[in-house]
Amino acid sequence: MNRYPLWKYITVVVALVIGFLYTLPNFFGEAPAVQVSPARATLKSDTQLLSRVEAALQGAGIAHEGVFLDSNGVKSRFKDTDTQLKVKDLLEKTFNPDPQDAQYVVALNLLSSSPKWLTNLGALPMYLGLDLRGGVHFLLQVDMVGAITKRLDSLSADLRTVLRDKNLRHAGINRDGNVVSIKFRDAETRAKARQVLEESQPDLAFAEAMDGADFKLSGSLKPTAIKRIQDFALKQNITTLHNRINELGVAEPVIQQQGLDRIVVQLPGVQDTAKAKDILGRTATLEIRMVDDTPGALEAALSGQVPFGTELYSERGGSPLLVKKQVVLTGDRLTDAQPGFDSQNHEPAVHLTLDAAGARIFKDVTRESVGKRMAILLIEKGKGEVVTAPVIRSEIGGGRVQISGKMSTVEANDTALLLRAGSLAAPMDIVEERTIGPSLGAENINKGFHSTLWGFIAIAVFMMAYYLMFGFISTLALAANLLFLVALLSLMQATLTLPGIAAIALTLGMAIDANVLINERVREELRNGASPHAAIAAGYERAFGTILDSNVTTLIAGVALLAFGSGPIRGFAVVHCLGILTSMFSSVVVSRALVNLIYGRHKKLEKVAIGQVWKPELDAGK
Amino acid sequence: MEFFKIRKDIPFMRHALVFNVISLLTFLLAVFFLATRGLHLSVEFTGGTLIEVNYQQAADLEKIRGALGKSGFSDYSVQNFGSSQDVLIRLPLKSDQNTAKLGESVMAALTAEDGSASLRRVEFVGPQVGKELAENGAMALLVVIIGIVIYLAFRFEWRFSVSAIIANLHDVIIILGFFAFFQWEFSLSVLAAVLAVLGYSVNESVVVFDRVRETFRKVRGMSTPEVLDHAITSTISRTIITHGSTQMMVLSMLVFGGETLHYFAMALTIGICFGIYSSVLVASPLVMWLGVSREQFIKVPKAKDPNVSDDGACV
Repeated sequence: MNRYPLWKYITVVVALVIGFLYTLPNFFGEAPAVQVSPARATLKSDTQLLSRVEAALQGAGIAHEGVFLDSNGVKSRFKDTDTQLKVKDLLEKTFNPDPQDAQYVVALNLLSSSPKWLTNLGALPMYLGLDLRGGVHFLLQVDMVGAITKRLDSLSADLRTVLRDKNLRHAGINRDGNVVSIKFRDAETRAKARQVLEESQPDLAFAEAMDGADFKLSGSLKPTAIKRIQDFALKQNITTLHNRINELGVAEPVIQQQGLDRIVVQLPGVQDTAKAKDILGRTATLEIRMVDDTPGALEAALSGQVPFGTELYSERGGSPLLVKKQVVLTGDRLTDAQPGFDSQNHEPAVHLTLDAAGARIFKDVTRESVGKRMAILLIEKGKGEVVTAPVIRSEIGGGRVQISGKMSTVEANDTALLLRAGSLAAPMDIVEERTIGPSLGAENINKGFHSTLWGFIAIAVFMMAYYLMFGFISTLALAANLLFLVALLSLMQATLTLPGIAAIALTLGMAIDANVLINERVREELRNGASPHAAIAAGYERAFGTILDSNVTTLIAGVALLAFGSGPIRGFAVVHCLGILTSMFSSVVVSRALVNLIYGRHKKLEKVAIGQVWKPELDAGK
Repeated sequence: MEFFKIRKDIPFMRHALVFNVISLLTFLLAVFFLATRGLHLSVEFTGGTLIEVNYQQAADLEKIRGALGKSGFSDYSVQNFGSSQDVLIRLPLKSDQNTAKLGESVMAALTAEDGSASLRRVEFVGPQVGKELAENGAMALLVVIIGIVIYLAFRFEWRFSVSAIIANLHDVIIILGFFAFFQWEFSLSVLAAVLAVLGYSVNESVVVFDRVRETFRKVRGMSTPEVLDHAITSTISRTIITHGSTQMMVLSMLVFGGETLHYFAMALTIGICFGIYSSVLVASPLVMWLGVSREQFIKVPKAKDPNVSDDGACV
């Protein structure tokens, strides 16, 4: 009667094997590695980069334990940290010959040293949180009010330009809070202006009012426009942060949106918070300038005599370019940049949108310089880079600019990204900061590990002493639970933090409850005179309802923590919830399979080793 | 081995009033300490800066305080953290200070005094974040309570769910009372422990209630207090062993987990101890007083209309 059908045994065995496979990488530890990844969106991590790294290592005669390519870049693994540091210096020199103009991020990293076939299965060690590996965590609050104000300021400039173009006289435009108000001398002009403005400014909702003797027209942003501006500000800030953090040489930075207006930045392994903050807070600007193509000027500049009023830059392809110092437009005038296609020849292109004032300047400039080249520069840390330098084909009005020609779709995407990412859309403040030293991280792992280990040993010893064979089975089931939990955490690559380790320990402590319930029930049935087989069957069956109920209530608490918790609480809740689920399986199915395996074969079972089953009547008879 | 050799059901219900008075007194005491002393909230809730520094030798707290005072800091607290070599410095939120540079300037002041000082950890939390965390914590507590009440009402009966939640909420208040009395630091991980304990000790009530239901269904002719006594007596062995096992794990955390897990484990310990007491000795009498009875668990067969025949035909 206490027999499982074959498929149940197979399920248990398969689950255990899978659990074991995915837990395995955690035992191999990590090997020092060096990671090379492109610092610019315009550079790709591809097989070409891979072969460059390999060639560099070969050239220096350094033995490595594998070089491979993944989505982040090229990673190479080494025997010890000395080689790792040596290789880092070497690759730094090879890939960034000019340290002032770093093209690639060369960073120290740790890689799982588990065998390749495991990694191919997707089996990776658990992803450790910052409190276990050390590093910096920032929570940045995006100043949305600032983003809206910035947009309104540029809109007021637009309004002024539109009114002037249409020859509508006004008595002043100013922004007061979130409202832009324009004063007019008479109602007729106001009505005309309103019509014109509503057409040209779809983002604004206009209302009319009287202000003393003046006729006032006030415009406020529509809710949809506000939402779009906020989304845009957040996305752009994230993109910008990505570009900047690349410079820090962090192997696996995490940059994520949190809530509506916050950004989490986690930099594992970074200790220099001052530098990190400096880089996060920096501003980059975009500039449009004219190219100086006077015959002979470029040659003069290359020979060391840069003509007055110009600067020498190199284009993305590497060819030199002489750019005038006078700035035509700055990035403030750029409202958007999107990749797309040329409407006539379907070549990849980048579409820029300028605000009204920018559009006017652009129109004037392009009219005067048809056939000449203009350069779009990204200025960061006082150092410029020419993003692109297109030839002006005709006068461009309306504020919509298209850059096309000799571009692939990928390049168009990258250029649009670079143009957008140049500057932060809205200012940001650090509202939370955590720095954890590497020694503290290692210590935390140690403490968490020892807590779990000794707690587990204590429970195991007690269970085996108290319930004998059933206690041994319970202990095996608990070990299986730990195996499943670790495997699941490794498989999901959920972030493991110190509270997470505490949750593992606590979940194990709670999971034993199910087996205690079962064992007590079996004893009770035996006490009431049931045969061993019947007692086992009844014990498991009756205890199951109780186990289910108690796990559901615990799970309710876990899910609530998951939903409302943040930071350490979330780390705790994830592990806690997963642990409850795995414990249901291991304490009921796995332990039953073991019991059936041990006792199920005996047809006539006289006795089971579950410790003393005390019977009142026997005691009384003494 | 068998720890529990109980011949007869222990008459817990006879002393129900005593248990409840004890528990009410503890509860009121906890509320009193919460009201008068308040919780010592961690920097996560209040906002501020926390800096953990490690020294090569035992740290001289007075010297550190002096160094901070000289560098123009005020309202700081300096204390040992775990060992005599580790020091924890707390700084309140100040609107005029450049929070971004706070960690560095503190370290500059300390290393000037003693070169062996090394930074272990900096935590800075802005005022807005702290407020949100507190709100979210309260929200999580509320959702847990509602969720458990609904589930138990659905699985058992409203009387059980109400008693279980009252008994276990009073545990929560008592844990908070301990933290208020000893002025232990109440951090986010303690909050997690409190909520986990809430879910866990409801288990306890569930196990007893399960037995109550089963006994009501199986055994006839027992009065309600007898049924409750029987249910508690027959589960007491499991209750003690389970809690003992969980406590072993928590104890291990208390011993090996270091300072970071200390209060987490502490909250769990209090929660587990009071959890046994309240979910068994408080929840059960409450169920009794709310008027639980056998009829609520036995589906009374539908009285048939004598005029209707078995095949449903009606004349």
